[in-house]
Amino acid sequence: MAATAETVPTELVIGPEQNYSTVSEHLSDLVLVQPTPLWWYGGMAISSLLCLWLVVAAGYLFYFGVGVWGVNIPVAWGWALANYVWWIGIASGGTFISSLFYIVGADWRNGVNRFAESLTLFAAAAAGLMPIFHLGRQGLFYWLFPYPSVMGIWPQFRSPLLWDFFALLCYILTSIVFWYIGLIPDCATLRDRATTRRAQIFYGILALGWRGSSRHWRNFKVVYLVMAGFMAPMVVSVHSIVGLDFAAGIAAGWHSTQWPPYFFIGALYSGWAATLLLMIPIRRLYRLERIVTERHIEVISKLMLATGLMLAYCYAIEAFQPFYRGDAAERNAYLYGVFGAQAGSFWVRNTFNIFMPQLLWIPAVRRNKPILVLLSLGIVFGMWFERFNFVVTALAHDYIPSEWGNFSATIWDEGILYGSIGLVFAGFFLFIRLLPVVSIFELREVLRRRGQE
Amino acid sequence: MSGEPAPLYGLVGEFVESDAAVALARQLRMEGFRCFDVYSPVPLEEMEELLPSRPRSALALIMFGAALAGLIVGFFMQYAIAVIGYPLNIGGRPLNSWPAFIPSAWEICALFTVYIGFAAFLVYCRLPQLYHPIFNAPRFERASQDRTFLCVEAQDPRFDAERVSAIFRKHRAARIAEVTE
Repeated sequence: MAATAETVPTELVIGPEQNYSTVSEHLSDLVLVQPTPLWWYGGMAISSLLCLWLVVAAGYLFYFGVGVWGVNIPVAWGWALANYVWWIGIASGGTFISSLFYIVGADWRNGVNRFAESLTLFAAAAAGLMPIFHLGRQGLFYWLFPYPSVMGIWPQFRSPLLWDFFALLCYILTSIVFWYIGLIPDCATLRDRATTRRAQIFYGILALGWRGSSRHWRNFKVVYLVMAGFMAPMVVSVHSIVGLDFAAGIAAGWHSTQWPPYFFIGALYSGWAATLLLMIPIRRLYRLERIVTERHIEVISKLMLATGLMLAYCYAIEAFQPFYRGDAAERNAYLYGVFGAQAGSFWVRNTFNIFMPQLLWIPAVRRNKPILVLLSLGIVFGMWFERFNFVVTALAHDYIPSEWGNFSATIWDEGILYGSIGLVFAGFFLFIRLLPVVSIFELREVLRRRGQE
Repeated sequence: MSGEPAPLYGLVGEFVESDAAVALARQLRMEGFRCFDVYSPVPLEEMEELLPSRPRSALALIMFGAALAGLIVGFFMQYAIAVIGYPLNIGGRPLNSWPAFIPSAWEICALFTVYIGFAAFLVYCRLPQLYHPIFNAPRFERASQDRTFLCVEAQDPRFDAERVSAIFRKHRAARIAEVTE
């Protein structure tokens, strides 16, 4: 049991006995002093194996083409697209925690933002791979860039698919800088606490010579605030554009204006769940109960509950619209999603995304870590099924019955999905071993505001 | 090391409480000192008024300019391609279908802001600069953990080691030391 955690009153964002020295020591020693724990080797080994699976699956795909997947006409968008939307959704949660809640000045943000942002980085990288895999000729992906070629052909900027390319590319690039700039002062702490030459050089280079001068801090605050101000709307735009990819298509069931907010809410939802899913075990394993307190978990659980209700509303609208509009094809497509060959995914998504999370209304559930982990896992899982159901059923049941078809995945679809999970986890394991999992200087700021220098 | 002693960079005081360092900075400022800096493990909002105001507004302005530049570059890149370079009739829509150009222009705007902002941040902080004389200060590794340091630089026209030490002591400096270049 996390015995120490129970003594921290739930409303505190940090243990009352913590001060500058304790947080600096604790968080940097996790990286610098603590020998690599056994669970880390286990986790890293499994993730690397999965990652290897991705390499094999991708190699096979590149060699033989997308025919190795279950996609065909009419269902030409399959798991790759579901994976893509899923990963980019998980990524959004982290950026939103660190940008929006920075602007509104939420004090609980500082305990979880580093963590969530790192998850963002790897999830966005995994998301970025999917559209490339999905291209028929992966080697020509650079045709999406507006570059002057001898063919004289340029991209078509009226298509949301191209917006998506720009959105994802800019999102990944800006996330890296936003994440890194927040790391600079912490790298300086690690550099100064490091005792081995190698660690001093490694963190010294990452810290760029940061010396905490008040001129540095002043510039840092300005730049970080403006960046946060851009990152928050950026996340909204990125996932809305993902929604527009579908909304601009004419397939029955896709052609609707509700997808941008629907997708964005779903994205946040899976983002909170993924953050909680990783935060609870790491908090326990790294003995961070006094730093990532009950309050952080409580806040994210409540956010999850609220977002889940918004998503339930979206699902209700999704069910209402085809019947209200009275278009037979749309109605058929929706009913096919609910009762057809892929109906399982529809009920999985409702169970894990809507019904089960209602347990979060009960305060005892919000305090029960194992149940929270299971609920979050369910949401992450359920969100994948939501995306799968959304992508596949609309295509499988288009306007003309002669166009109807079905979809079944192959092991190469599975390889890409499970492999991408391995990629994200491998990145995450590297991160928790090499960098502080919680932003140290932001914790010191929280302590200063609370008078606990 | 050559036999010649390294020139003096300044006098540094170590403080347990950052408020004491801020009070000292305020006094130095009132006495007309210009070349001093506080090194702290947290941002000290109180220091903002004690520093020259130019870079603060300049950084915000640069980022604003970067955002505008990103919007303009992003939009007109699309305009040039869709209207001039490769005019395509898509369902009879106007070649300059500007609403469709806004999403990509916004993404490019954010990209410009973040990258140019980061570059400007580095320039204004004079980073990366892996060596700085202040790192010679004893126990300076604590500046990124739990102590606040204030350094009065020798290049300040009002610098006088005796006088500065006296001010340091008055403000409860835990340690006072000379820092060489």
